Amino acid sequence: MRLASKDILGLQEMSTTDMQLILDTAESLKEIISRPIKKVPTLRGKTVLTLFYEPSTRTRTSFELAGKYMSADTVNIATTTSSVVKGETLRDTARTVEVMGMDVVIMRHPISGSCHYLAKILDASVVNAGDGMHEHPTQGLLDMFTILQRKGQLKGLRVAIVGDVYHSRVARSNIWGLTKMGAEVVVAGPSTLIPPYIEELGVKAYTRVEEAIEGADVVNVLRLQLERQQRGLFPSTREYSRIFGVNRERLALAKKDHLLMHPGPMNRGVEIASDVADGEHSTITEQVTNGVAVRMAILYLLLGGATDEAAD
Amino acid sequence: MATNLVEKAQIMDADAIRRGLVRIAHEIIERNKGTEGLILIGIRRRGVPLAQRLAAFIEEIEGRKVPVGVLDITLYRDDLTTRTEQPVVHRTEVPVTVAGKTIILADDVLYTGRTIRAALDALMDLGRPAQIQVAVLIDRGHRELPIRADYVVKNVPTSKREVIECHLTEIDGGEDRVMIMEKAEG
Amino acid sequence: MKLLIKGGRVIDPANKVDAVQDVLVKDGKIAAVGKELGSEAAEEAKVVNARGKLVVPGLIDMHTHLREPGFEYKEDIASGTRAAACGGYTAVVAMANTRPVIDTASEVTFIRERTATTGAVNVFPVGAVTKGQKGEELAEIGDMAAAGAVAVSDDGHPVQNGEVMRCALEYAKMFKLPVISHCEDRPLAGEGVINLGRVSTILGLRGMPAAAEEAMVARDILLAEMTGGHVHLTHVSTARSVDLIRWAKSRARENGFTVTCDCTPHHLVLTEDAVERYLYDTNTKVNPPLRTAADVDALRRGLADGTIDAIATDHAPHHQDDKDVEYNYAAFGIVGLETAVGLIFTELVAKKVISVAAAVEKLTAGPARVLGLPKGTLQPGADADVTVIDPAAKWTVDPSAFASKARNTPFGGWELTGRAVLTIAGGRVVAEDGRVV
Repeated sequence: MRLASKDILGLQEMSTTDMQLILDTAESLKEIISRPIKKVPTLRGKTVLTLFYEPSTRTRTSFELAGKYMSADTVNIATTTSSVVKGETLRDTARTVEVMGMDVVIMRHPISGSCHYLAKILDASVVNAGDGMHEHPTQGLLDMFTILQRKGQLKGLRVAIVGDVYHSRVARSNIWGLTKMGAEVVVAGPSTLIPPYIEELGVKAYTRVEEAIEGADVVNVLRLQLERQQRGLFPSTREYSRIFGVNRERLALAKKDHLLMHPGPMNRGVEIASDVADGEHSTITEQVTNGVAVRMAILYLLLGGATDEAAD
Repeated sequence: MATNLVEKAQIMDADAIRRGLVRIAHEIIERNKGTEGLILIGIRRRGVPLAQRLAAFIEEIEGRKVPVGVLDITLYRDDLTTRTEQPVVHRTEVPVTVAGKTIILADDVLYTGRTIRAALDALMDLGRPAQIQVAVLIDRGHRELPIRADYVVKNVPTSKREVIECHLTEIDGGEDRVMIMEKAEG
Repeated sequence: MKLLIKGGRVIDPANKVDAVQDVLVKDGKIAAVGKELGSEAAEEAKVVNARGKLVVPGLIDMHTHLREPGFEYKEDIASGTRAAACGGYTAVVAMANTRPVIDTASEVTFIRERTATTGAVNVFPVGAVTKGQKGEELAEIGDMAAAGAVAVSDDGHPVQNGEVMRCALEYAKMFKLPVISHCEDRPLAGEGVINLGRVSTILGLRGMPAAAEEAMVARDILLAEMTGGHVHLTHVSTARSVDLIRWAKSRARENGFTVTCDCTPHHLVLTEDAVERYLYDTNTKVNPPLRTAADVDALRRGLADGTIDAIATDHAPHHQDDKDVEYNYAAFGIVGLETAVGLIFTELVAKKVISVAAAVEKLTAGPARVLGLPKGTLQPGADADVTVIDPAAKWTVDPSAFASKARNTPFGGWELTGRAVLTIAGGRVVAEDGRVV
């Protein structure tokens, strides 16, 4: 079994077969994370680069750990420590890392489509670790994996994605992935943070959070991306929290055994109340562990194995 | 890719397999002076039912349960980067800690020794066992690494053109049997 | 120097000619147009066999960026006019967003003099509406008119302040210059890089709403009516822009104002889907952005019913370094001079959106009428600007073969039918089969 593409750019273009393969492989690999010796030799001699043009703690660390657990060599470039700050173009940076022999480049970039652009330049695999407001496919997969682990299936579940859908690459990846796998996805948030034509992605959109949460198996709360807000999309975080914040009363509308998810980092008291974030339905820390497993699976599927013929 | 294989001879039937496994169950108990600290670990896929059957026979003989684990060696293969078909990774399930224990690694056929080598690495990553012993149904020779089996149901001299096929009920359905196959001319 | 173009289908909308005729060019002027011009005409003339081809007035592009002075690494008057010649154009209208901006008579004169020494075809300069295209104080429109500017425009830096626009329309009217308006409400367009719609949502790119264009179309129409001026709305791209203009035109004559407009081949052919289909190819990044299928349909209807006066390329050459970057960082613009005829004949004429004659009109008499240019006609005595188009010529767009310095087109690799095979400017053959002579 092999993925259809050399790159992981988004879930819009990923087949259900490939998504299932990644999820199954992650399920097999998750056990390694709980071992006393968290290391398998699978990707010895492979080099994984994380190229981050935006600050990130968990995604970058998660990829780095995934690589290290699989014995790949991991190298990190962050904007503040490279020539990126001197204004080098992405093409030139890409050429440089290619010459250095990277096997996979994991990139986060503030501009949508940048990973597609990089993938056109590089022979090496490109993994999108979040591009602008477009997609964050590994987050989508780890969210699906978390739901799958808890619920046993995705098909037929009602998943409510709540908050700043407009700026959210996490929302887009979740929508593509979950709807393809047969879940019912609804989104909710202030009308200024719901992008036009979102329903063409196969979801129902609400401006009343309660309507979306009602009967939900999963409530996935999006981070209010304060750093991406143009002025004036909503009046204040205080009002946002009152009208759109996910709290205990609103979650009472969801199914009794609902899951509460958040991709992190959280703005506590803004989009999510602290008591529910730390409550019994929360999968937020589990998502972090699952993130490593999913990324191990992706690295294995991209790097483990070759295309050349060889005798057994 | 697909090579045509033709059956040359059946070398064991279900009874022979059962008798052989009972024999090495006794050998395991004898050599280890009982079942204290034993863990049976089957290498996916056909080592798994063999480990389970050995555990059952040992329990019949000694009246004590022996833990059974499953080892997936995909991540430890030395041919990962040269194989055309990317192997699917399965779960490793070892229910108890291996540190300080005596591990009986079970597999169907011992050939080049590379599978056992990978399994040894995989086991070491789970902890530090006191001892590792190897039990196989068939040893067909042609070792490429300095590895030997501690318990062998049957030694079968083969040529490299031949292939040993084990059918085990739990995996393949039907009756247990072991055959020598030969690659068809072509 | 005599040239006899024999046996082609002469389409000269300005003179209502559409017939198989011969065209005789002599001493830089059209000498005669008629059936079977005899052996006398042929004497000492170079004869061009145009059987099966269209013989039309030299094409006029009323929206071109030649980039000189200031951005010669993208394009200059020499390369831009050669690109024009290769595409069948004998005249281009050069936008003022150069460095320095064309906002005084001396810069207008520079363009004209530079064209005289390096240009391959006619160049008509446009002056800025406001000093430095800053949208604040009127530029010296009267002086620029005297120096030869044919219109004023702040184009890509559209005048946001309604009072400034009103003054510009009032003032330019005295010199009979149209104000060419790129309609965009800047705050409403925001940081948009493509159309606001389905594709912007899917791709996570910021969108420019259609209303950002339409609101300014409406404003400019109302200001034209208020002032009795002439506003030319360039590269209109949305259905409601066309509706607004249709409404304006229905009442312009009786209310004493003039509204004209043009649209581009890329807005007539591509939709926002191209950004998705070409996976964020920055050659799809253009302002106004590629819109929806409904908008394309409306533009085509506007072209067919005469609401749209001209097809203009908005030829916007950029260096590879301006385009070979992340989508948001890329410059807006598409080069159009060398693909326009092929696209129009393949996508509009062959698909019966508009007739051949209408297509020719939108490329010749239409823009000439809007700007009052003495061009776009095969009237004997006129400058001998003639283009021969082979409507059956099949060719593949190869950006590396462009005469333009720039390669920024989303049409690379497209197979087109229809091409200018001979371009004659001022009686001189300047391009043949898409190559500079």
